[in-house]
Amino acid sequence: MSEKNKDSQWPLWEVFVQSEQGGPHIHAGSVHAPDPEMALQNARDVYSRRNEAISLWVVPSVSITATMPSDQGPFFDPASDKIYRHPQFYHVPKGLK
Amino acid sequence: MIIVFLKVINNKDRFFINNKIEKQIIGILLDVDWFKLLYYIYLEIIVGDKMEDEKKLSEFQRRINSGEVIEPKDWMPERYRKQLIRMMGQHAHSEYVGMLPEANWITRAPSLRRKLILLAKVQDEAGHGLYLYSATETLGVDRKDLLEQLLEGKAKYSSIFNYPTLSWADMGVIGWLVDGAAIVNQTVLAKSSYGPYSRAMVRICKEENFHKKQGYEIVATLAKGTPEQKKMVQDSVNRFWWPALMMFGPHDKESPNSAELMRWKVKLKSNDELRQRFVDLTVPQARAVGLTLPDPELKYNKERRSWDFGEINWDEFYNVIKGNGPMNKERIKARKEAHENGAWVREAAEAYAAKHKINRKI
Amino acid sequence: MKLDNNVKNALFEFLLRMGDDRLILGHRLSEWCGHAPVIEEDIALGNIALDLIGQASAFLNFAAGVEGKGRTEDDLAYFRNETEFKNLQLVEQPNVDFAHTIVRQYFFDVYSNLVLTNLTSCPVNELAGMASKSLKESKYHLRHSKQWLLRLGDGTDLSNEKTQNAVNNLWRFTKEIFDIDETEKLLIEKGIVPEMSGFREKWLDSINKTFMEAKLKLPEDNLDFSAGSRNGFHTEHLGHLLAEMQILARSYPGAKW
Repeated sequence: MSEKNKDSQWPLWEVFVQSEQGGPHIHAGSVHAPDPEMALQNARDVYSRRNEAISLWVVPSVSITATMPSDQGPFFDPASDKIYRHPQFYHVPKGLK
Repeated sequence: MIIVFLKVINNKDRFFINNKIEKQIIGILLDVDWFKLLYYIYLEIIVGDKMEDEKKLSEFQRRINSGEVIEPKDWMPERYRKQLIRMMGQHAHSEYVGMLPEANWITRAPSLRRKLILLAKVQDEAGHGLYLYSATETLGVDRKDLLEQLLEGKAKYSSIFNYPTLSWADMGVIGWLVDGAAIVNQTVLAKSSYGPYSRAMVRICKEENFHKKQGYEIVATLAKGTPEQKKMVQDSVNRFWWPALMMFGPHDKESPNSAELMRWKVKLKSNDELRQRFVDLTVPQARAVGLTLPDPELKYNKERRSWDFGEINWDEFYNVIKGNGPMNKERIKARKEAHENGAWVREAAEAYAAKHKINRKI
Repeated sequence: MKLDNNVKNALFEFLLRMGDDRLILGHRLSEWCGHAPVIEEDIALGNIALDLIGQASAFLNFAAGVEGKGRTEDDLAYFRNETEFKNLQLVEQPNVDFAHTIVRQYFFDVYSNLVLTNLTSCPVNELAGMASKSLKESKYHLRHSKQWLLRLGDGTDLSNEKTQNAVNNLWRFTKEIFDIDETEKLLIEKGIVPEMSGFREKWLDSINKTFMEAKLKLPEDNLDFSAGSRNGFHTEHLGHLLAEMQILARSYPGAKW
């Protein structure tokens, strides 16, 4: 067992892929890698084998801070009654583009 | 008194004490201050938690029933998490081990085009293994531990990969039948209730279609080739047909995890349903290229509008699962050797990262 | 471009060398598939193998066209004997371990980048096109092999030892890479292949820089022989590789796959 315990694993990186110019980077999955350069190389090979990417981000998984499901109410509900933030809220004369 | 108390708290499956005598005893004991204290703590922590869990569980089931997708940080029953880890882990291992039977022919592929296709396909399987390990890790388990279970023979993978690849035709038949069966399975899993699993499946399904097509192309080419090639491909179909049917697992009534997995919409169709769908899809494909499926009982059932087929040799099925298939030992040995031979490489990269402090905050 | 017969023959030879290097090295890398140190590397090595075999296919296809005897790239790959193969001895060397694989790859990638860059300005359009497509891939291969070489050389004591050992074993196959024979002289003279003098110095310069960073030592330069693989003289490893590669195609001559 001691042999196995010694075998740690490389850190985990989250991979974000931009598939077209001007588009957002979208989360694709994760890879293990010893360092940023290798993380990029691995991400390229794993998540862009079919030319899916024109740009890649890799972020150490531990560096991501996320909301918790229990935050859902306080974090996001208050935005839902501010309909004036949405263009549909406004009436404009018909036919106007 | 302590014994009574322990007996009460050990009885975790009951929220309330129903036994009259126990109630009486507790009534008396509640006069004793320290017991009262312990008892209320017990009610608060154990029973309280239990009731809370019960509420969460029914809320969870409600979410599942209304088709909501469960994400990693959402509350989920421990059983759901465990079942997912088991199932997704098996799935990941199947992709990883599944590289081996096909990799066996990359160096002998008969044309440059076929070599490129096969290499790309096996490489995709590594990719699929990776997507799945990555999705499984969202459940709070490390890939390292999953791999350790595989190498120690504690984790299962699809038993189809314990059969040997004996001819080039197997490259076609694996693509056609094995990937074909996998697609039937995975198309349904793409709608599974766990977000990361279903997203990985969507990606995998897209890529698997190429696998099946290239396989069927090989099969079709051989089937209209020289007499030797025809013989080669028929022999391969004879060897792989039944193991392909076994890929869907035991009959529903003998599948221990099925009911639970379906209640949680991890699985959406039963083993037998999926197996039938696969047979119905495949029979016409076999006929189109003039190949015979090795089942004398295969017959179209007009009433069911489906193909009837013979019984699987379940002894063989369980035997292979238990580790007695033709290639079980070799597959695990190959994985172990790769892992052990790679240890110094993984350590070197880690040491380099540490020296150059390129992982400062990780 | 109209070519004289002797120039055509030389070009055919040259294309075989380019194609065979990539076919044999790609084949070696494909042997790793399913057996790499981590699953991410299975995919990485697979990608490089795919690029190389793809390049080989293009070079051999063009070679067959230049030859004009109705052969295909598959005929060239599957129906030539070992003495008819013109790849470098370096690329036919067995994988041994990850260190040998990376050192072999790095030596080749630095060379390949030089040659391909050079060929992008070749007046034979097809060749220039193939070179610039291949160069993109080759640049990435170099990035991969160089980064690994740094990690293996400057990783642990064990990894340094293994990598230095691989360097010492493979060094003797590097001299012939830069031999310029009559075939190439003719092509350079006719302006088809741009001048290649100074390549060994450039190559050595890159190797030196990386080795310094990777804490690896350059072996004593005692390379006074030329292996002659460009004329079909190989190590024993190639025969076994070809036996495996060609068995199916040769067992069923005339069959379509």
